[in-house]
Amino acid sequence: MRARTRLLVFGAGASVLTLALLAAAARLPRGGYPGPYGTALNRVAVEERHATDVVAAVTYDYRGFATLGEETILFASVAGAALLLRRTRSQWQGAHDLDSMPDRAASAPNEALRLAAVALVPVTITFGLYLTAHGQVSPGGGFQGGVILASAPLLVYVATRARDLARMAPWSAAELGESAGLVSYLGVGVAGLAATGSYLANVLPLGSPGDVLSAGTILALSGAVALAVGSGLVLMLVAFVEETIRPDDGGGR
Amino acid sequence: MTADALLRDGVLLLAAVTGAGVVLTRDPVRQSVVLSLHGLVLAVVFFLYAAPDVALSQIVVGAIVLPLMFLLALAKVRRRQALRDAERSRS
Repeated sequence: MRARTRLLVFGAGASVLTLALLAAAARLPRGGYPGPYGTALNRVAVEERHATDVVAAVTYDYRGFATLGEETILFASVAGAALLLRRTRSQWQGAHDLDSMPDRAASAPNEALRLAAVALVPVTITFGLYLTAHGQVSPGGGFQGGVILASAPLLVYVATRARDLARMAPWSAAELGESAGLVSYLGVGVAGLAATGSYLANVLPLGSPGDVLSAGTILALSGAVALAVGSGLVLMLVAFVEETIRPDDGGGR
Repeated sequence: MTADALLRDGVLLLAAVTGAGVVLTRDPVRQSVVLSLHGLVLAVVFFLYAAPDVALSQIVVGAIVLPLMFLLALAKVRRRQALRDAERSRS
């Protein structure tokens, strides 16, 4: 195919795609919510679940079972990746040696970077915990809190060395947290099953709407998700960082 | 058109521009930085379309974690290539 023909084919395809996209964009809802479910939930969620953030009520209660599915997907993918990079675990314990790998010239610690990390790490951890604890009251929740908590060890790694990352986020602790998060989610569900006969039904006192200690199991499930997501992300980051700076044993296949 | 709608359309347009920027950047390392910028713009889009919960996750996952994984994978690939080149020049 000659360049001219190719350009013509591309032009025809691109213009059709552009028109379709523009037509779709013109029909995007701007602001207002068109469906019936959100309106219905907005009416009942605060009364039923004492959660002022209806999104959290949906994630951890009305569709709590779907969140369990997502948790399992996350767990399985982290476990799979950890299995693929399993050689790294024993090597990671030798993180002291990692910093002195032959072609990893130890960069001089950057004072400005370290100062920024010192300033940011406590803020990051506090914000992560805040989001986790206030998911039922305001936007946030376990997933958001978990990923933000997991970025704290990452900041430490950026500012220091692999050794400090290994010390701050030990592989075994992250592994334990990942499993404990999923198990506690399952456990809260089983508690509901035992107490009321339906899985993930609320078993904790509801408190008054707007309080931090309110919304019953939503808060507990949010904490479980934060633990699982935070630990899972830390595991992935540690595995990737380790895999990147470890020298290749023979390289390629 | 109200100021609100104008802002939303503007950010959608910005997302289109940064998205095109990701595709048009040919160097993978630079591309992951542009991808991070695109992720940040998407977070603003989610926020303006009344999804602050999603925006919070998008900031960390789309703007930091995803580009970082690309960067780490690229570093690994480059090291492997450098090793192979060194071996080839030796033999």
